[in-house]
Amino acid sequence: MPQALTISAVRPDPALFDLPWSLPLEQWPEDVILALPRGISRHVVRFVKLSNRVLAIKEIAAYPAAREYNLLKELAGLDAPSVAPVAVVSGRTGADDEPLDAALLTEHLQFSLPYRALFSYRLRPDMATRLLDALALLIVRLHLIGFYWGDVSLSNTLFRRDAKEFSAYLVDAETGALHDALTDGQRAYDLDLARTNVIGELMDLEAGSMLEDELDPIAVGDFLVDRYDQLWRALTEEETISSDARWRLQDRINRLNDLGFDVAEMSMSTSPDGTVLHIRPQVVDAGHHSRRLFRLTGLDVQENQARRLLNDLDTYRIHSGQQDVEEDFVAHDWLMHVFEPAVRAVPRALRGKLELPQIYHEILEHRWFMSQRESRFVPLEEAVASYIDNVLSHRRDESELILADTLQLPAADDVPMG
Amino acid sequence: MATVTFDGATRIYPGTERPAVDHLDLHIEDGEFLVLVGPSGCGKSTSLRMLAGLEEVNDGRILIGEKDVTDVQPKDRDIAMVFQNYALYPHMTVADNMGFALKIAGMPKDEIRKRVDEAARILDLGDYLARKPKALSGGQRQRVAMGRAIVRNPKVFLMDEPLSNLDAKLRVSTRTQIASLQRNLGVTTVYVTHDQTEALTMGDRIAVLKDGLLQQVGSPLVLYDKPANAFVATFIGSPAMNIGTFPVRDGSVLIGDAVVRLSEAVLAAITPEDDAKLTVGFRPENLEPAAAGTPGAIPVEILIVEELGSDAYAYGTLKATDPATAGLQGESVIARVNPREIPRKGDVVYLSIRPNEQHNFSAATGERLPD
Repeated sequence: MPQALTISAVRPDPALFDLPWSLPLEQWPEDVILALPRGISRHVVRFVKLSNRVLAIKEIAAYPAAREYNLLKELAGLDAPSVAPVAVVSGRTGADDEPLDAALLTEHLQFSLPYRALFSYRLRPDMATRLLDALALLIVRLHLIGFYWGDVSLSNTLFRRDAKEFSAYLVDAETGALHDALTDGQRAYDLDLARTNVIGELMDLEAGSMLEDELDPIAVGDFLVDRYDQLWRALTEEETISSDARWRLQDRINRLNDLGFDVAEMSMSTSPDGTVLHIRPQVVDAGHHSRRLFRLTGLDVQENQARRLLNDLDTYRIHSGQQDVEEDFVAHDWLMHVFEPAVRAVPRALRGKLELPQIYHEILEHRWFMSQRESRFVPLEEAVASYIDNVLSHRRDESELILADTLQLPAADDVPMG
Repeated sequence: MATVTFDGATRIYPGTERPAVDHLDLHIEDGEFLVLVGPSGCGKSTSLRMLAGLEEVNDGRILIGEKDVTDVQPKDRDIAMVFQNYALYPHMTVADNMGFALKIAGMPKDEIRKRVDEAARILDLGDYLARKPKALSGGQRQRVAMGRAIVRNPKVFLMDEPLSNLDAKLRVSTRTQIASLQRNLGVTTVYVTHDQTEALTMGDRIAVLKDGLLQQVGSPLVLYDKPANAFVATFIGSPAMNIGTFPVRDGSVLIGDAVVRLSEAVLAAITPEDDAKLTVGFRPENLEPAAAGTPGAIPVEILIVEELGSDAYAYGTLKATDPATAGLQGESVIARVNPREIPRKGDVVYLSIRPNEQHNFSAATGERLPD
């Protein structure tokens, strides 16, 4: 007996019913499909545009589809850097009443870049470092909330530009599980899988002649493990300080803030004779700078963009002689007179090229280069105009990186594996 | 290759009182295929993760071979988790897809080549080693993924519901493939599933867990023929065993309007805690039609018959004039019937339990009673 088509959705959208669910995803007509690049997957994954949103659709058996959907909802509830689930479609039947696999729909992360698209720029070694830094941070953040990924890889991650760095997001939670806290064994194994997968993916690019010669996949994998270990230690390690050096407590908090984390809880105990203090952060929460910027300006941006914007705000405070004025007043002032005029000057047609906070960051970079080159102070308006003409108009559109733009990519391997 | 021993292994999650796995004692022989099975939350995956080193062991030990690995890092345990990731790399050849993890481990090229060739021979992929994954069929790609685990020559394979993400057709064929591959390789394997059919068809032995406690471990046949308690009796077998708790009077048990004689051994094993009741189970395939009035024949009114060609299953209600004798678990009695002589809806048929095919359990504890 054919089952009824069932759609469970976070926010019901009737347009979901209009998609050709009775066809296997691979056979969906070209007019429905968006050709976005994707990672290596064992399932068929395709993209569609629906009610002005771009959705990623993965065809997968009903049980794991429902499981992953619920897990992504839980991750979203925990503010984890992961894609947002949209719906699960089950009870699909084909033309001949053959049952079809279920479909998991997630929101396509705007301005996100799969690693294969990034590599098509001919990845510079320092860029690889930044990608791996972002991935290490992502794994640490997920481990802190008790998420065991089970299949960390570049393919299961999306990257977004974040000022000079990248931010990484989880896009595939099929093998994951949420625990109260992870054991050292779980963390070690997850990281070992990450290392193996990343090396494998880079060896694959090497085999496809898409990797810079000086990049050694194994060294890159080891680098990921090192960065993870450093970060994990900085965030969780117990520190012993003598009780007359309590300033070091604040020092530890500052260091964590610099790494982009807030400390919500710190455990402290003194030795029986009272001479030594043991401190260990209990709850740390990423997004220190982006929360601070949001509080001050209402701008919701990524961590490193926030860092950059906060620096600019500080500079503005000094230059405008407002050191003694309340910070939130200055922030309002900066938003009205500096940030908004600059981004408003970007013609609407060019705004899909990059995220607005990223554009602002690049304008600041551009002004710095101009000032260096011309050995003079370049006013922001002048930098904006020059940036639009000389940089932005030559960039490709990254809001939805369409495959047509990246046809030079030998990575257009659309074959589902497995 | 090696044995695996859980020695009183216990896992208690922080903040919970009841252990997720409670003093598990289980010895797995070298080369054995052991399936951990049970309903969700029974502790099967936790047990596997304890063996993998992904879960703390709060009490007891875990040994691989003679070595106590309780505090050994996962990657140093010489185990391979199969199917964690079987995405294949499109630009690499089949041989490289299988061997890249050995290259990472710094193994000499000759040795990698040798191991990949050997795995390819077992997996019947020898002719494809120089090709790219794109040129392979779906089933061949899956075998390449298995090859990745095989080339590492682990002491133990661990598989946690590896088929759950596959569609129904591929699940059945992969099931057979894994089972025969494991037998060819002879590597000790621990396999977790919630599906009792998968367990029965694949395992040399099956360990049934419930609420963190090992219920029974044995060959598929032992579990099927001699379930140690009422839980295992209902969990193993499809369709499930008919089971219910019925009053015992004058040396017989009253199953609906049927009076079924009990052996001396069963009667002697009933204790005051059982409150003159007995839990009785009988499999659908162990019922046979009888004439009305046959001693011990159970009257059942037919509701529906499911015809499967080679087999037919009748579903019906137990006729019980005295409600005290109607204690069947579930709504209907299921009986396998001759597909050439199927009863009609509304018929009342009499069904006798075949000799020695009645399972008796204590009404108080659920434990199996002597036959």
